[in-house]
Order: sequence, then structure tokens, then C-alpha cells
Amino acid sequence: MKTYTAELHVHTVVSPCAAVEMIPPLIVDEALSRGINLIAITDHNTTANVAAVQEAARETGLAVLPGMELQTKEEIHLLCLFDTLEQAEAWQAHVDIHLPDLPNNIDYFGEQFVVDATGDFIRREPRLLITSANLSLENAVAGVHRLGGLAIPAHVNRKAFSLFANLGFLPPDVPVDGLEISRHITPDEARRQFPQLQHYPLIQSGDVHFLHEFLGANRFTIARPTIAELKLALQGQAGRRLEIRPAEKTT
Amino acid sequence: MTLQEIIDRLNLTVLTEKKDFTAITPSGVYASDLLSCVMAGAHRRGLWITLQSHVNIVAVAALLDLSAVIITEGSTPEPDVIQKANREEVTLLLTPAPTYTVAGKLWELGLREG
Repeated sequence: MKTYTAELHVHTVVSPCAAVEMIPPLIVDEALSRGINLIAITDHNTTANVAAVQEAARETGLAVLPGMELQTKEEIHLLCLFDTLEQAEAWQAHVDIHLPDLPNNIDYFGEQFVVDATGDFIRREPRLLITSANLSLENAVAGVHRLGGLAIPAHVNRKAFSLFANLGFLPPDVPVDGLEISRHITPDEARRQFPQLQHYPLIQSGDVHFLHEFLGANRFTIARPTIAELKLALQGQAGRRLEIRPAEKTT
Repeated sequence: MTLQEIIDRLNLTVLTEKKDFTAITPSGVYASDLLSCVMAGAHRRGLWITLQSHVNIVAVAALLDLSAVIITEGSTPEPDVIQKANREEVTLLLTPAPTYTVAGKLWELGLREG
């Protein structure tokens, strides 16, 4: 069993709201400098930069899970995490069918850069990524599970794009794998403010749009950094566990 | 103003089982797509205008004993949402018009916040 310090909600330069510094080598360096050894790349409605970050992290000791932050039709942000690039790309193909074909307006929303492992420009993603896919929360969770992934509603304590703000509460028959709270609240405060949280495993994320936003608050005790192991840890089964505490900054 | 008059004047489609809508007089109107706000702000036995069609609208409507939910922009709920509404005796109404237009028409008909 090994301890992984994890940040499971990291944006790159393909998310129009992310800083231009969010390129693969800097993401990898910053995570490692903070003692973080597991991250998930979760851009808005796209997996386009996942492979580049994985390549940049090769043989560095940083594990990089492919993911996406999907925006459902209820305007809920949902973290979708996978083991393999193939699973993530299959999810992307499904999401693409349900995304409206709107062009990005760079002046309003920002640049959407697809880059290589060194951070060099490959292309601009032309479609607007900050918008809702025509998938309900239920459909999205079921689709992620069919592909073997984890589905975790993001920043549920926030006022925008949040499960609790937009839908009031989580219907009990939606089998999410956990709920994410943001940096703005402690787990204890969140559980007091949202009693429904008591019924679900929690993760905490920096929702990293700038390098300084890495939190590394999740300490997973797992055998290896896979979806199956994370799932066991979220449920506290088979000796796997998750503890939330702030990362110690090592630089 | 009865719910039947509102349905007729705004040409709303009734998605759920028919009731005697002439016997229902909504207490007021609330419009929002954030269900957390609706639970805090809508009037008991009022009307609620939203483009959300998620199953949670039924729970919120039942919680507040709303007269009806007017779903805008043709955002048709899934069949299981309509089934749940029927079980909970919640009335769901549908219109292709946007929320602003529906609110404006209700205001013209003399319905105020409540």
C-alpha cells in the first residue's frame, strides 16, 4: 500500500478560463514540487490535452489520470475520471455528439490551446467548450460508469455550476462515486452546511486554473493509482482509504 | 385567475394528468432555474416558471405544494419525470416560449409575485 497525494481537478490551456501557464511541463513540475504524485486532467468538456500531460509526466513519478469536467444540461459540473486514454476518448466521442456546435469567442471566453508535451502550440480548439452538453446528470453518470470511470460532481458547495445550487439536492438514486468540495470550505464546514454530504465520500480540489492553485488535499492510501483503487478508497474498503488534509508545500 | 384560464391564455401543454384546473387559483409566481433558490423563494401553492426539466423539479414542486410548474423553451422532461409528477400529483405544463415571455404574459394577466 502506498500514499498518494492527489489533485484530481486540474485544467490546462485548452480550458479558456485557465492561465496560459497551465502547460504540461509546468503542471508536472508544480505538482511534484508540492509533493503531489497523482493528478487528473479535467478540462471543460474536452480531453484534448490529456495525452500531452501524460507524456510530460513520463518517468517523473507523477501519475496522470485522464479526465474531463463535463457540464451537464442542468449546468452541473461533473468530474469524469478514467484509467486509460482510450476510455477518455470514447467518453469524448459521446460528449461531442451532445455538445452544441458553437464557435468559441476568444475575446469573451479566452483561448483554447491544444499543445504538445513541451507546451508548444498544436492548434486552437474551435468549438466553445464552456457550455452545456445535452446530457442529463443521470445520463452522464451512467455513461461514465459504462466506460469504467468515476463520476464526481464538482465544487458542490459553490453557487455556480454546482449540483446543490442548480438541482437543490442530489436525487438518492444517482450513483455518484463521491462529491467534490472546493478550496473555499473545510470538509467539516461543508458537512454542516450541506447535510446530504454525510451520505457520500468527499474529495477536495483546488480546481486548478493557475499553478498556485494546486492543493493536493487528498491523501489516498491505495495499492496503485487506478480507478478501481480510488473507488475502494472512496468507500473505505479493503484497507484503502482517503484522508483530506492540506498538502505541505515543499518549495 | 384560475389555473385553467392561465393554461388557455398562454396556450400551455398539460404534460401530467388532468385535474379540475378551474378550482386552482395560484397564490403567486416565481421564476428561477436554480432549485436551491426556488426552495427558499417560491410561494406555497404558487406557480413556478423554469427551463429545468430534471426530476428534482417534481420534488421541489411537491415540497412547496405548487399549483403547477411551467417548463419553458420546450425543455420536455423525460417520461420518468412525468410519471413521478403524476405519482406526486404535481402538474407540469410546457410551452415553447422563453421564461421572460411567460413571466410577462402572467404579469399582464394581473398575476403579481404573491
